[in-house]
Amino acid sequence: MTSATSTPVVRSASGRRRTGSIAWHVGALAVLAVVLYPVIWVLGASFKPSKDIIASIDLLPAKPVWANFSGLADGISGISISTFFLNSLTYAGLAVVGVVISSSLTAYAFAKIGFAGRNLLFTLMIGTLLLPYHVLLIPQYVMFRKLELVDTMVPLVAGKFLATEAFFVFLMVQFMRGLPRELDEAARLDGCGHFRTYWSIVLPLTRPALITSAIFTFINAWNDFMGPLIYLNTPDKYTVSLGLMMFRDQEGISNYGSMIAMSLVALVPVIAFFMAFQRYLIDGMATSGLK
Amino acid sequence: MTLVKEAPARPAKKRSAAPAAGRRGRRRENIAGYLFMSPWIAGFLVLTAGPMIASLYYAFTRYNLFTPPEWVGLDNFTTMFQDPRWQKSVEVTLKYVVVATPLKLLLALGVALLLAQKRSGQGLYRAAFYMPSLIGASVSVGFVWRALFSDDAIVDRTQKVFGLDVGGWIGNPDYVLYALVALSIWQFGAPMVIFLAGLKQVPQELYEAAEMDGAGPLRRFWNITLPMISPVLFFNVLLESIHAFQVFGSAYVVSNTQCGPADATLVYTCYLYQKGFKEAQMGFASAMAWTLVVAVALVTAVLFWSQKKWVHYEEAAK
Repeated sequence: MTSATSTPVVRSASGRRRTGSIAWHVGALAVLAVVLYPVIWVLGASFKPSKDIIASIDLLPAKPVWANFSGLADGISGISISTFFLNSLTYAGLAVVGVVISSSLTAYAFAKIGFAGRNLLFTLMIGTLLLPYHVLLIPQYVMFRKLELVDTMVPLVAGKFLATEAFFVFLMVQFMRGLPRELDEAARLDGCGHFRTYWSIVLPLTRPALITSAIFTFINAWNDFMGPLIYLNTPDKYTVSLGLMMFRDQEGISNYGSMIAMSLVALVPVIAFFMAFQRYLIDGMATSGLK
Repeated sequence: MTLVKEAPARPAKKRSAAPAAGRRGRRRENIAGYLFMSPWIAGFLVLTAGPMIASLYYAFTRYNLFTPPEWVGLDNFTTMFQDPRWQKSVEVTLKYVVVATPLKLLLALGVALLLAQKRSGQGLYRAAFYMPSLIGASVSVGFVWRALFSDDAIVDRTQKVFGLDVGGWIGNPDYVLYALVALSIWQFGAPMVIFLAGLKQVPQELYEAAEMDGAGPLRRFWNITLPMISPVLFFNVLLESIHAFQVFGSAYVVSNTQCGPADATLVYTCYLYQKGFKEAQMGFASAMAWTLVVAVALVTAVLFWSQKKWVHYEEAAK
């Protein structure tokens, strides 16, 4: 990516430049206020008494209360909150391992091995990016039911270990193609087989793409709703998303405070990951639109 | 397609195969290639191609999971097309796609243009605007949306200031879909980042030359920026509209699992879910899924066809 080196329009009068700069920040801050409002709202609301949450339009509570969070300790209809978090962590962790291994192997084949039929398969893989997931939903469900794997993690993570997330394969292919060809060719000439080249040369250099894919996968699995909704039936196997839905069903409006508090807690891992890795995520997203 | 870079394959293959000489080397490359790809090939066969064939078959059957599928020909499709709730779900989905996609992209482009200017704090803004794209799909944000758009909450109160009283968008069949549209637009960060990357690739000389020719900002935008980022615009239009067709989670959560009131947020996949997983009508749901595939394929085809007219690719650049 080449960033522009020359500044576009430099006005002669510095006063006018300053007005432009102020106008720019006012515009950007206005968008920022709207964008961050819901996030700040949920932060403030989690410290408000239940009855005030909808009714009070103040962002911050008049008198912060801890009751919403201490209410979480009771869990949801007998199930501890930590169970949901552990389930979500297991799902997301397995998904990350699966995507990183299977997608990088597949991407290496597409980017670095000249096998027959490669272009056709690559087109097929890109095609799956555009395929509505819903056409696979029912037969996959039927299949996993017949295999008696419903109500386990397997249907949720199987696809991750089989490189079905074309976006990540694509991301890694793009990245591997950008590596200097001399490197892996030299390795080959030195007698490295493909696996050695993949493991010792290409994989370490692909680290940014791997991290991007890992973080995206983690966040997607953490947020996933439809998968757990369809495949998980027993409450103590529920992920955080389903736990939240159950919370709403059981407690309803009476315990709105704890529901909002748990919503906030459920967002924490995603926001933390985002803050730590936002560079990777944004660059990864940007790459998908180019080339 | 823009995103498929021409594979620089052949010469590399020949050279790396050279020591092994000829046919044997090529065969070894093929074996290695397919070995490395085996997870994807297995996944494609078992989780994509196989299920597609199965669902095509189910679409012509009556199937409730408990008794074997029973062939009924086109029955599912004829029932579907006459089903008022199916028609409603098509209407709701089209409305959602047509309203949400352009607004989201317009905002994304607007903000990208803003951020393309070099100012302090740019990276911070970019990160903050991108965040909703990551958390927007969560149930948590669905709940927050319910709260923000319910009766007497912030949106309702703001409206009342302007003399509009609809009693909250969530409970109002005329408005609730727009709460979902708002949630979609709020996630403008992902297309924005792609626009921004596209804007950075526009050669600055073009602007300088145009300015010397006396072109104003609007003209520069129309005659330089827009054509230069049209491949990226195409990519965003394609991806965002396809995603919009498949919206589910937000409709399900925001409208309290009923996709209502009065089926007002009965998006296509919500009805598909109800038919398949609540009523165990797997045949009907499969027919719905295939209709969606055809619809999405049509939209994709039309977009690809139209790109000749408005997408500008730099021929033989570099």
